[in-house]
Amino acid sequence: MSNPLVPKALASSIVARYAPLLILALAWEAASRLHLVSSLALPPLTDVALAWGELVQSGELVTNGLSSLYRAGAGLALAIIVGGALGIFMAISRPTNAMLGPLVELFYPMPKSALIPVTVLWLGFGDGSKILLIFLGCMLPVTIGAYNGARGSDRHLIWSARSMGAHRLRMIWDVMVPSALPELLNGVRTALALSFILLVSSELIVARQGFGYLIGYLGANGSYEAMFAVVLTVAFIGFLADRIYQSMVARVLRWRE
Amino acid sequence: MAGVTGAMRRRGWSAARLAPIVVLLAAWEILSRSGAVTPFMLPAPSAVAERIYDDALGGGLFINIGVTLYRALVGFAIAAVGGVVLGTAMARNAAARWFFDPVISVGFPMPKIAFLPVVILWLGLYDVSKITMVVLDAIFPVVTATIAGIASVEKELLWSARNMGAKDREMLWQILLPAALPQILTGLQVALPIALIVVVVAEMQMGGYGLGAAMMQASRFANSRGVFAGIVEIAVIGYVPVAAMATLRRRLLAWHQEAQEGV
Repeated sequence: MSNPLVPKALASSIVARYAPLLILALAWEAASRLHLVSSLALPPLTDVALAWGELVQSGELVTNGLSSLYRAGAGLALAIIVGGALGIFMAISRPTNAMLGPLVELFYPMPKSALIPVTVLWLGFGDGSKILLIFLGCMLPVTIGAYNGARGSDRHLIWSARSMGAHRLRMIWDVMVPSALPELLNGVRTALALSFILLVSSELIVARQGFGYLIGYLGANGSYEAMFAVVLTVAFIGFLADRIYQSMVARVLRWRE
Repeated sequence: MAGVTGAMRRRGWSAARLAPIVVLLAAWEILSRSGAVTPFMLPAPSAVAERIYDDALGGGLFINIGVTLYRALVGFAIAAVGGVVLGTAMARNAAARWFFDPVISVGFPMPKIAFLPVVILWLGLYDVSKITMVVLDAIFPVVTATIAGIASVEKELLWSARNMGAKDREMLWQILLPAALPQILTGLQVALPIALIVVVVAEMQMGGYGLGAAMMQASRFANSRGVFAGIVEIAVIGYVPVAAMATLRRRLLAWHQEAQEGV
């Protein structure tokens, strides 16, 4: 009896929470329908939704989207693996830290978008240059997260693991990685947000495929409804990726409670 | 991150810390002179330095640096002030919180850079659109940090201030904002690199003056020295404000236990 009520209550609380967004959407629709702003500058939301439907049907949105997601996924995966390993090795080995620490500190604040033209110079207009850009741009936040996390891991845990005869690699995997995990995962979240920024920027500037390319192409042709549709799609995917990531993190870190 | 790099910086740039950078530069020079890679793929650092020197002599470098920094810092300043105001309003006022909370929580993780063509459509190709892009991207971390900072102010502090007859305005300026300052500064430290990333992308996309635009121009003409010179220039322009911000944090928080813990 009470069970079916729970989703309903949940749904109505979600509606109440996101009501302001609904108000903004209605204001958007009204502003362009009532010609308060030019419909070129702000096409009505309903027209944008129709254009979105057409883009999905023609397959343009899906092909470009898949190529974007492939680039972001591959670049991010490389950044997490290499960046995480680097951070942990910097935490356990003093020479590595002395060698790489200053370089990490030097390159970390660099505006990563400066790498866009170089990756194009090296690898051209295709997937390779975007993957390299996202890899290079997203690696350092993961490295710093892994380093901070692993450095903060409990010395007593490490000593007792050692004294119980744990192998060095085994010790890293069983003791240091889990204790570095919260900060490492935080670094990955920063990297996730950065990967979307770098993906869309590089596709806007130089590409022949992908979300960013599609946005630029539609804008240049004056199909603003469709351009808005793609912009909102990208924004929504970025939002969704972050939410999925956060719920995943909550699950992974549940053992800590 | 702030902790580690802060601790690193406090030790200063000793010779031991400069060594890896010198080694990297030497390796780069040797690699590009060895013929293993073409000078197009990787021009020697000496050639890149020469190009930067030429840019500086012509004066173009300083115009571009000035324009880029101006856009980034004006946008950052607007985002900082606007973000603190909005964050404070949301922390103190239920109606503001009701309206803006979903906007912020949905807007924060979005890649706002996707709105670049929309902003160009609305505001044209000049400074206003670039600064708007910077504000749009940099404001979110400031807002969330301000809310978190004010929310974490100890209740006892508020009660005793109220007891001693503090008015709302005094509460805000003398209790809430100073107590929230560490977190607000952290938000600003997140926002500043974002501002620089965005300004470079906006310049690359729109052209005109600025380091990003100059770099893109070099890239279009397949001038790899120009591209690498751009990377070095942008890296320096990115490093200086971030380092200045960390110093500012230490100055402003000298009274806070964070500074006295002695990392």
